[in-house]
Amino acid sequence: MSVGILIAIVLGLAIAGFFLGRRRAIAKAGGDSRRLHSLPGYYGQSVALFASVPALILMAAWLFVQPILIDDKVAELIPDSAIADGGSRGLVLSDVRRIADGIDLLVVQDLLNEADLQNMRADFTNVRSRLGEVGVALGANVSPSVFEAAKAYRDAQRTGATLMSVFVLALAAAMFAFSLLRIKPDLRARNISESFVLSLLIGSSLVAILTTVGIVGSLVFETIHFFQMYPASEFFFSTTWNPQFRGGSELGILPLLWGTLYVSFVALVASVPIGLMIAIYLSEYASKTLRSLAKPAIEVLAGIPTIVYGLFALITVGPFIRDWIAEPTGLGSSSSSVLTAGLVMGIMLIPFVSSLSDDIINAVPQSMRDGAYGLGATRSETIRQVILPAALPGVVGAILLAASRAIGETMIVVLGAGAAARLGLNPFEAMTTVTVKIVSQLTGDTEFASPETLVAFALGLTLFVFTLGLNVLALYIVRKYREQYE
Amino acid sequence: MYDNPLMKRDAVTKEVKISARGCQVFYGDTHAIKDVDVDIEDKTVTAFIGPSGCGKSTFLRCLNRMNDTIDICRVEGTITLDGEDIYDPKVDPVQLRAKVGMVFQKPNPFPKSIYDNVAYGPKIHGMARTRAELDEIVERALRRGALWDEVKDRLDAPGTGLSGGQQQRLCIARAVATEPEVLLMDEPCSALDPIATAQVEELIDELREQYSVVIVTHSMQQAARVSQKTAFFHLGNLVEFGETGQIFTNPHDPRTESYITGRIG
Ligand SMILES: Nc1ncnc2c1ncn2[C@@H]1O[C@H](COP(=O)(O)OP(=O)(O)OP(=O)(O)O)[C@@H](O)[C@H]1O
Ligand SMILES: [Mg+2]
Repeated sequence: MSVGILIAIVLGLAIAGFFLGRRRAIAKAGGDSRRLHSLPGYYGQSVALFASVPALILMAAWLFVQPILIDDKVAELIPDSAIADGGSRGLVLSDVRRIADGIDLLVVQDLLNEADLQNMRADFTNVRSRLGEVGVALGANVSPSVFEAAKAYRDAQRTGATLMSVFVLALAAAMFAFSLLRIKPDLRARNISESFVLSLLIGSSLVAILTTVGIVGSLVFETIHFFQMYPASEFFFSTTWNPQFRGGSELGILPLLWGTLYVSFVALVASVPIGLMIAIYLSEYASKTLRSLAKPAIEVLAGIPTIVYGLFALITVGPFIRDWIAEPTGLGSSSSSVLTAGLVMGIMLIPFVSSLSDDIINAVPQSMRDGAYGLGATRSETIRQVILPAALPGVVGAILLAASRAIGETMIVVLGAGAAARLGLNPFEAMTTVTVKIVSQLTGDTEFASPETLVAFALGLTLFVFTLGLNVLALYIVRKYREQYE
Repeated sequence: MYDNPLMKRDAVTKEVKISARGCQVFYGDTHAIKDVDVDIEDKTVTAFIGPSGCGKSTFLRCLNRMNDTIDICRVEGTITLDGEDIYDPKVDPVQLRAKVGMVFQKPNPFPKSIYDNVAYGPKIHGMARTRAELDEIVERALRRGALWDEVKDRLDAPGTGLSGGQQQRLCIARAVATEPEVLLMDEPCSALDPIATAQVEELIDELREQYSVVIVTHSMQQAARVSQKTAFFHLGNLVEFGETGQIFTNPHDPRTESYITGRIG
């Protein structure tokens, strides 16, 4: 029974439960719903929830655990001799899965029946060509042991699916009966539904937290894999980034990290002062009408897709900087450069800084301004000495938000700064960043389990730790400031 | 002290410090102050009394041009300080506010340390040449604000961490630290206990030796205790202005009498 049909049955049971539960509650109260503890609908709801939710949770858990167990069991069936040189058990296992899927297709299309399959042996039948008939292409001929493993895999899956259907339906039916039978007028159905809502809310928060944990976990897991193949000291301290398709790569993060920091630095230097000054102008000097026009106009900048900024960097800013600054001064001859990407990214970040800071400055109470003006302070004294300090935590937050945007930005860098990993100070030279390399390592043709691909996870984790550190720093600054002033 | 405060008034007329003629204030279309004429004398405490919303704060804010910071607010008529029109385009409102200090109705300490709050005005006006001088100014101001004993051990603590009444006294200390010629106080004692109130009233009395003080208050007793002149506002009009003794014992206008005896308000 397929998962879809199973879900449909459980949900059907829930709907039926709702109406039956409601009817039964009214009947138990002798047709007078005032004698019930809760409104009749709540009794229906409690049956529907009890019938569906535990069964669906069981199904989700089953679907999650079953493949893990089956993989483990089947992996034991694969003899070491079936693993090719340079390959791994994981690769063979994925072959096994493809063969099992292919057999399923053959059976579904009536090209093979179960009895023939039991007798089929890889020594005598050309499994590869049979699977080719249904469009499942294999890289090599199928060895007998792999074929047997595939058959076992398929059997285990079928048994698992059947067991799952039986258990899920049994649970749904049992809960259905239990919740329907316990209905009596003084059952607190309303409170049951209340606690269900509570668990739903908690469950949703857990999903968000667990997702984060899962993302970090998978990064960490693959990163550990990577470090088993490639020395960590090389990764962190080597100053060369030079991946090769067939081994012997040098995968030092330093040039990439340097590129990331350099480009982000240029972007922040360009955007923070301009953004802050825009914010101060808009919130303290501009008239209401001007502000209501200028603010959305600036925020348009934030809505431009980064690829468009990238094109702008590639076609306009890059050549301009090369022709008018880099070449005349002899500092560089490439149109992609750190300066190009940094400046364009800076433009993109201006609305982040200005819009957030403007809101924060505006939130400083008018009485603060009155206090300063009342002592004979000028506007700019008031802004510098009273308003900005009061708004500082928020402004720092805005800047750090812009910084993490800059660090994570990819498109503008690819098109503006190039893809050459380099450690250098000259802002007119092409450089590249961590994010660009993550993309290029993962979209390459190399096999997944090679250090050249797995390095992407190590890069990602490093970036993650970096931005996390940035956020902690921000919190620390804000906290310190708060201690002093509030 | 309260036996018969109204008998002790010296009725000597003093030099006029601030004079308002035909003053009108509008908030957009709301006519908040209607044609007010008033003379505020030097070395005198003037009390503004009147029911809530009658325009006391609004008029007070005209005297140091704090209304400039409200976009929709429009002031008409002339107000002079030492004979000079303060709404003249030549006049720098920043300089004016250094001379005419203000304590606001709601305490509004800066999010800075207690010390920096008080030192802020003296610093921007360059009143102290050395740190020691600044320390002295701060201590003197805090003593006058009746706050010194409570905060002398924690001058570095944030001003916003004080209690409401302490914050109000901090704002008073902050305003007197700049040595203004006129001090405008908008309900300075509304958040204070009787002891702190008495201390602030003592301060007002002391300030009167050198400066002119205008105080808005909802307490008739306070107005009677501290002021020499009283102005009664009602619905944006200045109903009656005169010697405090006369206003409280023998008001000319029936509205004044109803208010001070508690029938309007
Ligand atoms: N910023 C403002 N914008 C619009 N109208 C205002 C503003 N400030 C005051 N007003 C209006 O002006 C009138 C006078 O207000 P004001 O604050 O001067 O009263 P008040 O006498 O100080 O009252 P209270 O004793 O309650 O402090 C009120 O009707 C008020 O609604
Ligand atoms: Mg007021």
